[in-house]
Amino acid sequence: MENNVIICGSGGQGILLAGTVLCRAGLLEDKFVTWLPSYGAEKRGGLSYCAVVISDKPIASPVIGRPEVIIALDNIGFDNYENVLADKGLVILNSSLIKREVKRKDAVVLGIEITEIARELGNARIANMLAIGVYAGISKSVKLESIIAAMEGVASEKYKELVAVNKKAIEKGYELGKKEK
Amino acid sequence: MNKTGKKIFINGNEAIAEAAIIAGCRFYAGYPITPQNQIPEYMSWRMPEAGGVFIQAESELAAINMVFGASLTGTRAMTSSSSPGISLKQEGISYMAGCELPGVIVNMQRGGPGLGNIQGSQADYFQATKGGGHGDYRMPVLAPSTIPEAIEHVMTAFDLADMYRTPVMLLSDGILGQMMEAVEFPVYKSKKKLPEKDWILDGAKNRKPRSVFSLMMQNPTILEKHNYKLAEKYKKMETEVIHETYLAEDAEILVCAYGIMGRICRGAIDMARKEGVKAGLFRPVTVWPFASEVVSKLGKKAKKVLVVELNLGQMVEDIRLAVEDNKKISFFGKPGGAVATKEEIFAKIKELIK
Repeated sequence: MENNVIICGSGGQGILLAGTVLCRAGLLEDKFVTWLPSYGAEKRGGLSYCAVVISDKPIASPVIGRPEVIIALDNIGFDNYENVLADKGLVILNSSLIKREVKRKDAVVLGIEITEIARELGNARIANMLAIGVYAGISKSVKLESIIAAMEGVASEKYKELVAVNKKAIEKGYELGKKEK
Repeated sequence: MNKTGKKIFINGNEAIAEAAIIAGCRFYAGYPITPQNQIPEYMSWRMPEAGGVFIQAESELAAINMVFGASLTGTRAMTSSSSPGISLKQEGISYMAGCELPGVIVNMQRGGPGLGNIQGSQADYFQATKGGGHGDYRMPVLAPSTIPEAIEHVMTAFDLADMYRTPVMLLSDGILGQMMEAVEFPVYKSKKKLPEKDWILDGAKNRKPRSVFSLMMQNPTILEKHNYKLAEKYKKMETEVIHETYLAEDAEILVCAYGIMGRICRGAIDMARKEGVKAGLFRPVTVWPFASEVVSKLGKKAKKVLVVELNLGQMVEDIRLAVEDNKKISFFGKPGGAVATKEEIFAKIKELIK
């Protein structure tokens, strides 16, 4: 089984971090993972994305041409990747920030007020963790416990107090994603 | 291979730097350029920790010449850069070839020509394999496809360098440098019986002074002899071919690709096989020396040969020389920092079997 997902949005939303947490969760389950980021002239507010592949077998291509799933955290990301979504692919759409209509009529769209719910949980910046929670809930590509453990593993000493709220976000996202299945 | 520790999640650049340290590299000099900056960044703290020397040089030219100097003392030395920076190092690489100095040069290729962009590319194949510097020299060039393979072949590169007293290039690209996957660092053990370094300049106390030079103007026959001697060595280096095949034995379409495109093509071949299309892969790991005999044999059996590169046609020339049947050979490439997906390559394969 191979799962592939493109996470996209703007610089500052924690797109790249979300991807690495997802990969580390896969690693905790002894899966093969690849993470390919956008890099270089990126800045806060500019396009940011990463391609994540999680698989039971060694991964050939870290480049995803037609992603099965897109997690779109804002318009910039979605505008760039909507076209390449695989036929009948899934979009986890942050409807707090993406208000436009989805052009791809074949897409399965799961619109969730990701930023808004994150804010209600205590911090809009944990939208990224909420989003990968949703993804795990719906795709079952990695377990809830693995994501939480992976997030705890990357949290720096300086921000340990933020672990609890991030955990809440992952759990909430997972619950929302699971409901959709 | 002996393994140590458990799997760690790391990007290609840092993995290459750590592999060099494990292989005994104790001198690194470099100058920053994207997409390989994690190599000098990692070396800046890791090298002193390992008891070696890290220098951020004032230029690429200075960095390769510092490697030249460190190598003269018998130390395993490395520099890294990306395409435009590698162009600047060519003079030093040629001097190292002339002086028969070991050293490892890492090129994490980006789009060119000129300053180009910072995305991954394979446009420096000619420069790397046909001698980017001046003079009649050859240099082993290793092109890994995955991060574990990059680790393995950084170590191979140091061994080849010491075995043959030659600069060796690790030819990779921005994608492999920036992406992350899980690796286990092996315990380093040379696969070769390496010759004693009886040529190094480490002070002449109790022995005759030595010298290492590439200027040989006294008498024309001296340089001629030196070049014949080098040519003898290059003949021996030609035996150091490394390659991989995947489902190539019964392949009707033989896909040829190296480095990052090697693994992406593997994905395309899996897609093709799922639909019953007999596609297979030939992937050179050393792009010099080149596994010409292997691809010649496989190419003769196959109905079509498809060469895939992130440039507009460079390795395809080596494939043409080996396969000797131009009508069979097609090329698919993406230039200047663009990347080809497995879906695009699969589409190309399907087009060829029509």
